[in-house]
Amino acid sequence: MSIATMREIEFRDAVREAMSEEMRRDMRVMLMGEEVAQYNGAYKVSRGMLDEFGPRRVIDTPISESGFAGMAIGAAMMGLRPIVEFMSWSFSLVAADPILNNAPKMLYMSGGQFGCPIVFRGNDGAGGQLGSTHSWSVEGLFSNVPGIKMVIPSNPYDAKGLMKTAIRDDDPVFFLESERLLSMRGEVPEEEYLIPFGQARIARAGTDCTIVAFGRMVNIALEVGIELEKEGISCEVLDMRTIRPLDAGSIIRSVKRTGACVVVDQSWSFGSPGSEVAALVHRECFDDLDNYVHRVHSADVPAPYAHNLEQEYLPNARRIAEAVRSCLYRS
Amino acid sequence: MPTSASSNADGQVRPKSNRPEVPMATAKNWLREMMLIREFELRCMQAYQDKKIGGFCHVYIGQEAVAVGTIAATEARDPIVTAYRDHGHALARGMDPKHCMAEMYGRIGGCAKGKGGSMHMFDRDNNLFGGHGIVGAQIPLGVGLAFATKYEDEVINADKNGGKSNRVTLAFLGDGALNQGSVHEAMNLAGLFDLPVIIICENNGYSMGTSIVRGTTMGHQISVKSEAYGMEGVEIDGMDVIETYWAMKELVDKVRATSRPIFVDMRCYRFKGHSMSDPRKYRTREEEERYEQGDPIGVLKAHLELRGLTEDDHKEIQREVRATVKASMDWAENSPTPPTSDLYRDVYRERWGPYTGTSEPEMLGGAEIECKFNAIDTTIDRKADLL
Ligand SMILES: Cc1ncc(C[n+]2csc(CCOP(=O)(O)OP(=O)(O)O)c2C)c(N)n1
Ligand SMILES: [Mg+2]
Repeated sequence: MSIATMREIEFRDAVREAMSEEMRRDMRVMLMGEEVAQYNGAYKVSRGMLDEFGPRRVIDTPISESGFAGMAIGAAMMGLRPIVEFMSWSFSLVAADPILNNAPKMLYMSGGQFGCPIVFRGNDGAGGQLGSTHSWSVEGLFSNVPGIKMVIPSNPYDAKGLMKTAIRDDDPVFFLESERLLSMRGEVPEEEYLIPFGQARIARAGTDCTIVAFGRMVNIALEVGIELEKEGISCEVLDMRTIRPLDAGSIIRSVKRTGACVVVDQSWSFGSPGSEVAALVHRECFDDLDNYVHRVHSADVPAPYAHNLEQEYLPNARRIAEAVRSCLYRS
Repeated sequence: MPTSASSNADGQVRPKSNRPEVPMATAKNWLREMMLIREFELRCMQAYQDKKIGGFCHVYIGQEAVAVGTIAATEARDPIVTAYRDHGHALARGMDPKHCMAEMYGRIGGCAKGKGGSMHMFDRDNNLFGGHGIVGAQIPLGVGLAFATKYEDEVINADKNGGKSNRVTLAFLGDGALNQGSVHEAMNLAGLFDLPVIIICENNGYSMGTSIVRGTTMGHQISVKSEAYGMEGVEIDGMDVIETYWAMKELVDKVRATSRPIFVDMRCYRFKGHSMSDPRKYRTREEEERYEQGDPIGVLKAHLELRGLTEDDHKEIQREVRATVKASMDWAENSPTPPTSDLYRDVYRERWGPYTGTSEPEMLGGAEIECKFNAIDTTIDRKADLL
């Protein structure tokens, strides 16, 4: 990839480019959701797509998540490849039955006859003071379900490459964006590229402690890595990119090198990607660990509205740094 | 379909004639309430710009007559539940503006101690059961509130008051919410179980950037939807508080007497954007101006002027509401942020602490604080549980 073709774009542009490129390439791909067409997307992710693709392929739906998610799943069974935008993943709960009971089970239940090539995407996670109903980190809930794939990019480059893979994937993909990241700028090449699922990225190389992180948390873990360097602690930060499939190999290899592991996962701790990683590391790296796997999650309470409480609720740099120090017996 | 008012779909508000006269003091109080809501919302917009208020904030400007006129037709014991555009309902229900503003500031003095925010206003003492952020979610809840009042009145208190249902629930939703499946399931249940609920669709013509005809079949006559569930559907002018009140009074009395649900297509218009970040490109300035001519506050003021309200009276009210709202902002500003320990409070009714990875959650320290919860007193049930 030559430097000359790199340009800086926003996360939201990266997601849109991926969708638009795939829609140009494949007539079966279309986008539907609330306010995606005429309003250009509630968060402007789909800006301009109506103009390019027209109202038959970029479709405004009523506020009927259960209805349009189910409709899109039916269309996927017929062979279309719909992209369904949930304005927020919090609103996908209204569509829990179709997205959890239909999409991920169709192939299995039909003995391999009907697959479900569909992408569900939207904002995930707290941080904007939206209160309990609007602040879901659905990875905790939904990653429990076999049959789905789950993507959680941390930067524009990954968002684009992973979205293209998601659209071409033959299984249902849950693509978790973060409203907090939509305006993040990053280098993205003009040439086409795809990022395979299940391949973590070493976002920061280090030798003392492996920090396994998902999505937006990767960026906070990176800040912590810089901070702790000043204390002489060298952190390796793994950006997992996808939760299902989970790149167990990268985690194991890294922890075997560092001998310590902290997981940062913005969902709740009980039955979560974080607890899954901890179980994995305890099993596979038992003899390499100097301490148990430390985990940093959102507090085990519904998301509060008040700014100070929400800051304390979310995994933050302070809590991550404390976990690393504690894991290394430096506190 | 029975129509209690001429439609204002063309933006024209026509005076209604054949209604009894509202006492001057009452009507003046409505004007004060509407002006209070307007002032409150304008100050909220400002406070939002100043970053005093976070998250999403949806103001009620233009729809004041709906909350004031409908709630005036209820009794204090009648439950109310609404969506996220809820400041107007809270104030009309009697919430102290200080508590409403402090909630938006995310302070401990807020009606929900800073836990809920703009979209989630709760006030147990005033029988306001929220403020709900998920579009449509409050309608099944509203139907459930009606189920409970009917159950309490007819089953628990079968031997009192003739064992007859005597409360009416108001459940508000937007026109966009009408497309949620749960709303339709709830209407079927209300019709099926004869529940004393009035489902009021605040039809302001838009759900975010989607005009009703773009998102909803039969958008020009949505009451047909409720009729399919055995609920009478009524269209009411929500831009004229006096008309709103009388039309609603009739319905509230009817539901109280019959315990049958009713659906209201409440015609109104939201003057501002959907939330604080909406450039309103989906509608024309001309359309907005047409509706602004029928500003519900202006309509009521004009009516009262015919009955002797002077410009000085009006100015006096304006001064008063301005002072009230200003005081609410000062109070909110001075209210402390919630202590960090509050993060873990009220997750469970029992004062359990957070899950810490051990086999049992931990008890929070500190004295048990007696607090009221729920509307029907469950003390007896809880004792029974403990036996
Ligand atoms: C289930 C769900 N989907 C989407 C949203 C995002 N959203 C919030 S308000 C709104 C529009 C609702 O319009 P309407 O019901 O007409 O109420 P209004 O805003 O006009 O008062 C949307 C789409 C949400 N809060 N919940
Ligand atoms: Mg509306």
